[in-house]
Amino acid sequence: MNAGRGDEAFVAFEHVQKSYDGETLVVKDLNLDIGRGEFLTMLGPSGSGKTTCLMMLAGFETATHGEIRLAGRPINSVPPEKRGIGMVFQNYALFPHMTVGENLAFPLEVRKLGRAEIEAKVKRALDMVQMGAFAARRPAQLSGGQQQRIALARALVFEPELVLMDEPLGALDKQLREHMQFEIRRLHERLGVTVVYVTHDQGEALTMSDRVAVFNDGRIQQLAPPEELYERPENRFVASFIGENNTLEGVVETISGGACTVRLATGEILDAAPVNVTRPGERTTVSIRPERVEFKPENIPPGVHTVEAEVLEFIYMGDVFRTRMRVAGNDNFVMKCRNSVGQRKLEPGERVPIGWAPHDARALDPL
Amino acid sequence: MAEIARDAPERMTAADGTPLKAALARAQGRARRRAFLLVAPLLVFVLASFVIPIGQMLHRSVHNPVFSANMPATTAWFGANPVGTEPDEAAFAALAADLAAAAEARTIGAVGTRVNYEMQGTRSLFTSAGRKADDLEAPFRAAMLDLDRRWGEPELWNTMRNVSSPYTANFYLAAADRFRDLDGGISRVAPERQVYLTLFQRTFLLSALITAICLLLGFPIAHLLATLPLRYSNLLMILVLLPFWTSLLVRTTAWMAILQGQGVLNNALVALGVIGDDGRIALMYNQAGTVIAMTHILLPFMVLPLYSVMRNINPSYVRAARSLGASSWTAFRRVYVPQTLPGVGAGALLCFILAVGYYITPALVGGASGQLISNLIAFHMQNSLNWSLAAALATLLLAAVLLLYWVYDRLVGVDNMKLG
Repeated sequence: MNAGRGDEAFVAFEHVQKSYDGETLVVKDLNLDIGRGEFLTMLGPSGSGKTTCLMMLAGFETATHGEIRLAGRPINSVPPEKRGIGMVFQNYALFPHMTVGENLAFPLEVRKLGRAEIEAKVKRALDMVQMGAFAARRPAQLSGGQQQRIALARALVFEPELVLMDEPLGALDKQLREHMQFEIRRLHERLGVTVVYVTHDQGEALTMSDRVAVFNDGRIQQLAPPEELYERPENRFVASFIGENNTLEGVVETISGGACTVRLATGEILDAAPVNVTRPGERTTVSIRPERVEFKPENIPPGVHTVEAEVLEFIYMGDVFRTRMRVAGNDNFVMKCRNSVGQRKLEPGERVPIGWAPHDARALDPL
Repeated sequence: MAEIARDAPERMTAADGTPLKAALARAQGRARRRAFLLVAPLLVFVLASFVIPIGQMLHRSVHNPVFSANMPATTAWFGANPVGTEPDEAAFAALAADLAAAAEARTIGAVGTRVNYEMQGTRSLFTSAGRKADDLEAPFRAAMLDLDRRWGEPELWNTMRNVSSPYTANFYLAAADRFRDLDGGISRVAPERQVYLTLFQRTFLLSALITAICLLLGFPIAHLLATLPLRYSNLLMILVLLPFWTSLLVRTTAWMAILQGQGVLNNALVALGVIGDDGRIALMYNQAGTVIAMTHILLPFMVLPLYSVMRNINPSYVRAARSLGASSWTAFRRVYVPQTLPGVGAGALLCFILAVGYYITPALVGGASGQLISNLIAFHMQNSLNWSLAAALATLLLAAVLLLYWVYDRLVGVDNMKLG
């Protein structure tokens, strides 16, 4: 990727490392290209380095090594105020001594825009988040959701090309959070602005993003669109972090052309798709989504191996039935069935053979 | 239905039919009594050590019964005759009788001192008359004038009439460099004898200066304390608090050792060749000494409220400002500083009020030009024994501070203040 070429990524991290104490790396060799207009989410547990990456991009932390480019221009030594990046903070960071209108006017005033222009832009930004009537209020007089909208409007009012969001919905209750997810997504589509979004909520990441970068231990574990991330996790961490997952430990028995069989410690044989295994004899963790597990013989693809499961617990959850079972010595194997007409409820103690399509079971790296 | 709902609050009853309010009061009464018992010792202490003494002080500043108690006959004559009446034979007879009685009771000195507060040089008039009062015979007017011609002066009689009332505002007039003249009007005292107004002015100016210097020095320290990692800021905090744990006298005398003409600072400057041996700077026994030593003593009172406010300012505010395009200076000025104002207000008010009433430090290092109003109050308490004037001065000081507090409340709001 050469600098100056038209298809250059809008934001590029190149071999970026970050250490706070000179002994441990918080971010280890980060390489990431973000396209113009993309909604990219950095997802990971706390301490995984995602917020540090965002802060380096915003300019509040300096990279210990490597280069960060914005629109082809290295920005490592550009101060935050010169980067022209909008940012929404976790606590909103609305200036408490200013009214909503003054908060929104702030970025325009420091850019020395004319009074009339400022007023017009502030009004437009407030209307954009349906908060036009609140310009004279103080942030403390607003609810959490309203503050969130104002913070969003303030980050967008000076028309930045890139907006960073640091867990912006973390303080809201579930219903409001879902509503704001939709709202942010809508704004992103309307304005065509590039968004880098940090969250530890996988649901949020899956519903909002074009692509998700899953962080763990200072590295990107997988960078993929939500669907691919969920359907085809590339390693054990991603498989367990995104959604619910059943894991079974075993050894690769045979492997050929995109299919393999795995022998479990208890002797059962499973069909799986090889992801991180290349040859027979390798240890592996097979990961299966609960909703892909089938127990009705007619739903199990013909010719695949089945495993016997003993039902331990049956939980009625409304739209789904959740069945916890013992499979090959694993007591926490979960199967989810849709509550469709005529769906059978399994009784604890019942023994049924279970199976799945081979491509739904992914043979990943061992524990 | 709506009718019932509207009337409901008045008719609410508990399950057993008693009014709900009475039931609530009964239920809470026990807890309230226990709470009162818990605070009662402090309440008694505050009453005994604060409210009552201050009340007494306020009373003393307008109440001085020395003359009326010891000169009852004269006081009675003043009561019977209106202002402007020439003192007649009866008046002099009453005066002579009172002087004799007071001399007998050995209170003549106190009476003379009381009159002397209002009219200089009259104490000896009373004491010497008291010694001879037994020998006086009618007609008393002639006999008194024989004793000393000054007994006939209308100004003296006017003064005696003034002090014969146990309740008087004259001490406040004196505290404001004013007095009641012959016609009963209020005049300023001669310029060379004006002391108090100048001193009040100096006290407030120096206190404002000290507060300003404290703010200037304290703001960066508090900011550093609030932004450093905890293990460094704790160490720094100990350095800030160290003066608190040292006796005030030790600190002040340390400043004396440093600041005096032959002190550490001057010696160092001379040794470095910055100043000549004959050009030693007078840093003590003047206003400079008062300002330096008091700034040092009051600095923690500025740093602590500032620190507690700054500690709670989330760094994301300044970050947000910078991400919005403000330079670090603009972010500091427009976003950080306004949020520290509750701390600035609290620290400045605390420093100023403490400085206005400070006594020991100016007394030790202030010299003549560095004295504050409290030093004069102490002087009247201990040396001139004019407690009423001391009380009047103290009351004026208290009123000024309360006024300041009121202004602060109107401008900033006391509930915005954070002390730590």
